[in-house]
Amino acid sequence: MSSVYRLSGLLADPAGEAGYRDDHPERVGFFTDTSVCIGCKACEVACKEWNLVPEQGLDLLGQSYDNTGALGADSWRHVAFIEQRVPDPSVTSSGTDLGMPGIGAPEQPAAAEEGSGMRWLMSSDVCKHCTHAACLDVCPTGSLFRTEFGTVVVQEDICNGCGYCIPACPYGVIGQREGDGRAWKCTLCYDRLGDGLEPACAKACPTDSIQFGDLDELRERADRRLAELHQDGVGEARLYGRDPDDGVGGDGAFFLLLDEPEVYGLPPDPVVTTRDLPAMWKHAAAAAASVAATVVLSFLGRRR
Amino acid sequence: MAECHPVGFQWVIEARNRGAKVIHVDPRFTRTSAMANEYVPLRAGTDIAFLGGLINYVLSNEKDFREYLIAYTNAPAILREEFADTEDLDGLFSGFDPETLSYDPETWAYEGAEAAPAAGRRSDIVGDSPPEHSGPDQYGSGGATIGAKPKVDPSLRHPRCVYQVLKRHFSRYTPELVEEVCGVPPEHFRRVAEAITENSGRERTTAFCYSVGWTQHTVGVQYIRTASILQALLGNIGRPGGGILALRGHASIQGSTDIPTLYNILPGYIPMPLAEHELDLDQFVQEDAGQTGFWGNMRAYLVSMLKAWWGAAAAEDNDFCFDYLPRLTGDHGTYQTVLNQISGECKGYFLVGENPAVGSANAKLQRLGMSNLDWLVVRDLQMIESATFWKDGPEIESGELRTEEIGTEVFFLPAAAHTEKEGAFTNTQRLLQWHHKAVEPPGEARSDLWFFYHLGRVIQRKLEGSSEPRDRPLRELVWDYPCEGEIREPSAEAVLAEINGRGPDGPLSMYTQLADDGSTSCGCWIYCGVYADGHNHAANRQPGSEQSWVAPGWAWAWPDNRRILYNRASADPAGRPWSERKRYIWWSDEQRRWVGADKPDFEPTKAPDYTPEPGAKAQDALAGDNPFIMQTDGRAWLFAPAGLLDGPLPTHYEPHESPVANPLYGQGQNPTRQVFDRKYNRYNPPDGVFPYVFTTYRLTEHHTAGGMSRDLPYLSELQPEFFCEVSPELATERELEHLGWATIVSARTAIEARVLVTDRIRPLRMRGRTVHQVGLPYHWGPNGLSTGDAANELLSVVLDPNVHIQEAKAATCDIVPGRRPRGESLQRYVDSYRRRAGIPEEADR
Ligand code: SF4
Repeated sequence: MSSVYRLSGLLADPAGEAGYRDDHPERVGFFTDTSVCIGCKACEVACKEWNLVPEQGLDLLGQSYDNTGALGADSWRHVAFIEQRVPDPSVTSSGTDLGMPGIGAPEQPAAAEEGSGMRWLMSSDVCKHCTHAACLDVCPTGSLFRTEFGTVVVQEDICNGCGYCIPACPYGVIGQREGDGRAWKCTLCYDRLGDGLEPACAKACPTDSIQFGDLDELRERADRRLAELHQDGVGEARLYGRDPDDGVGGDGAFFLLLDEPEVYGLPPDPVVTTRDLPAMWKHAAAAAASVAATVVLSFLGRRR
Repeated sequence: MAECHPVGFQWVIEARNRGAKVIHVDPRFTRTSAMANEYVPLRAGTDIAFLGGLINYVLSNEKDFREYLIAYTNAPAILREEFADTEDLDGLFSGFDPETLSYDPETWAYEGAEAAPAAGRRSDIVGDSPPEHSGPDQYGSGGATIGAKPKVDPSLRHPRCVYQVLKRHFSRYTPELVEEVCGVPPEHFRRVAEAITENSGRERTTAFCYSVGWTQHTVGVQYIRTASILQALLGNIGRPGGGILALRGHASIQGSTDIPTLYNILPGYIPMPLAEHELDLDQFVQEDAGQTGFWGNMRAYLVSMLKAWWGAAAAEDNDFCFDYLPRLTGDHGTYQTVLNQISGECKGYFLVGENPAVGSANAKLQRLGMSNLDWLVVRDLQMIESATFWKDGPEIESGELRTEEIGTEVFFLPAAAHTEKEGAFTNTQRLLQWHHKAVEPPGEARSDLWFFYHLGRVIQRKLEGSSEPRDRPLRELVWDYPCEGEIREPSAEAVLAEINGRGPDGPLSMYTQLADDGSTSCGCWIYCGVYADGHNHAANRQPGSEQSWVAPGWAWAWPDNRRILYNRASADPAGRPWSERKRYIWWSDEQRRWVGADKPDFEPTKAPDYTPEPGAKAQDALAGDNPFIMQTDGRAWLFAPAGLLDGPLPTHYEPHESPVANPLYGQGQNPTRQVFDRKYNRYNPPDGVFPYVFTTYRLTEHHTAGGMSRDLPYLSELQPEFFCEVSPELATERELEHLGWATIVSARTAIEARVLVTDRIRPLRMRGRTVHQVGLPYHWGPNGLSTGDAANELLSVVLDPNVHIQEAKAATCDIVPGRRPRGESLQRYVDSYRRRAGIPEEADR
């Protein structure tokens, strides 16, 4: 089925497109409202607990309070922490300048904006469950598939570790697990959905930064929230991945951000990579060769 | 709050989304600051000056809630002529004795009232040296009693009325002084002052949340007093959206003071009797119970508790076994206990979910104490440092101790986690929430209930044949909880039922049913009603959508499932809501009772115009417009005429270790703080050797001293090792590199940490002087997956006189690049600092 459906453009019902009957469930997803994320990382831990994702190593990264670094085979949720200097009204406004070097960013104008001289953005990233998912398009085994909920899932018992999906993902979400070779990523808790439960991260999130639901409804909710924030003067608020018209046909997991996507490590204008399939095959061939080598090594390793 | 109480913080986010303004005041920019509308950095240890500034702003701009103030607080009470303020005595109140470094509070009493029972009454007879005494935590939840109603001046014009005294006392706390002490620019301060006063009054309320950032100081109790004064002035107590909320540090720390693990109180905040003074029940009740207010019924609470403990053995003719209660012979607080271990007086120690080897101030002192015991029982989830210090602690590495010379026999007993047992948590808002067992504890792990029940059972069996009078309290103790299952787990619900209490007709439903004649039993009077009608109300889980906004059907709050304490204050003296917007409890003339969304924290049918007969006792002595029913005068105390050891009003004192002098007075520090200047606990002098301020704290990813998190891979990888946080400016000054190593030094020792250089820590500027602060999360130790030096190694033991809490939130240090020396050279390295600072050599090293 992977070769017949459309690879880009507007697509209202990816599950239907994948061949599910008309009575398949509504498409579900995440709306992650980063404006209320407190960076507690409960989502990271809940995800690992539920999905038995292994620890990925104890490394102090020095990227603010982020010691996860990026999404990958062993991190299906990743909370980014971004420290920014912003104008500090207590230093720059109304005659209380103490004649000393300011604490706030001196190069910025003395804005009347409320602030503390400091802004700390936190945002929990996850697989986008794209409308046009390149990982799925390039998967030769059918391990990656579109679920009846419109989400994208790797089946661990089918994945052969070819690794084609990894460069295919425009977001760098999916990764190969060390010592295992297979590709792993967020399943949007496919097993929980089947039981009528929300995904573990959304369940654990104390502030409802991660909201789970029917995608249509989430998009409406996000539009309302955005309007609210704009009205409250938070002009920098924007939605990311909400637009069904974008390069991946809209994300199943989309975000409300408070700055440019690049600031959070997100590509500003992601495009489904299968639009350029020929280039893909070059990567895939290389990946296949390296996987073959890995397989040989692992056989050697087992002969102890 | 977002850092340490992320789940509770969801409600702050919700309030913010509905338009509430969130202000965060903290030395560091934290995850809470990131979510706040306003972040105010200040120097660690200066909050009294900041809050004092707010009080002065309220008083000098007449922003107080005047009707509330006159009717419900002691603002109109007139003080004695002899009272002298810190303004008159350069930082001391009247009654200070420089010999004993303590106060005689006689002059703090109201005019015309008989002398208040000395706040130092107990301190006269407990403790070996004057500053090491016990204080007002022994007065129970009602505070000290006062002998009579004060004379009042409702016009607030009398020069000696509390309002005028307050005004004068705080007049010095100007925005400029706030800047000089705290490093908060006046404009920034003014914005906070305006926000708070604009959001207080008839139509609006403001709430304060605090945690150990306020309490762990040598003036910790006075921090909370300052907030209480501010909230009482603004009319923000007893009303919805108001209050001062203590965010407790663990799931049931509130529970552990209600049914205490503290040495000086009994369940329900009844003081522990003293060894020589309070020999019988009558004398005890006479000395400690208030004559007026609900503490007037203390005898009923205590007799019912004795009945719960000793059952049929407790009878009228033997004083209900009052004699069986342990007695206080001195300060048995945790730090005094450690000193007693070192001196050889204390021989055995139970550690239940505590890890003092890395988790208490001056960790070395803790380990030296534990190395000098006969036995030590550690009950924990993991092999924590307090169970292994004898073989791999820092003193073994440095050669100061040798394993074969440590005589302490250590018993490690694996403990069951909360998911492996049932029971109740009592949290911040006095809410008892029941939790059920999800799985059996693994292997030999057992609940604390199991451990203490079976330990008690075995001890009772061993004493079976004893005829020693001293064994009778144990032998006669009612100890018969039903046990279930293969591991014979005692029924937690049976314990709850005992705590709730029983009368002739079965389970009691409210503490007013308690009698002092032995006909009722009750393990903790404030919990009476949690098991009313034989039903476990702590397990109630009515969804919010199916009940009123006050949510009385979710769990159970003490006392009597009242959700806001002193809520009579939500109505005006005549019993009408202060405003429609803030209505909560009010008097219904038709029903002749208090009605509203919550249960009244007041006698339900006492009319607003009730006036007591002369000579009335207990609650009958309080008028229908006295909302503060646990106080003997029914009023909120702006000025505390009795009950505190360090003064009737809060005032700014510098932390014990501070790089700056007190700009207010010649008296630099709290004169009554508990100081233990001795070997292993030397203090940093205020000169330039230790020029930086440090503060300790928690991160979301770990739990306190790490016993519950450092062994878990999913948490350890999120914060994999100990680090310190410094500003870019300090990093430049001391050549510290991001992700490099730093050594942090105090007179106690030196520790090392990876460096995070961050804009979230900022230098503070006070009148031309810059103070740098170093941030140290205190989760680490050498054991577990995520490791590092313990920040608590750096801290000294120096305590608040009232409650003996350590000053962990503000001290001084030096910081230099690179790793610390190891082995014996570490001591030589710290010695060189001590020499430079002029601290006495450690004699026998
Ligand atoms: S659980 Fe929610 S609040 Fe916490 S880090 Fe994840 S998204 Fe943010």
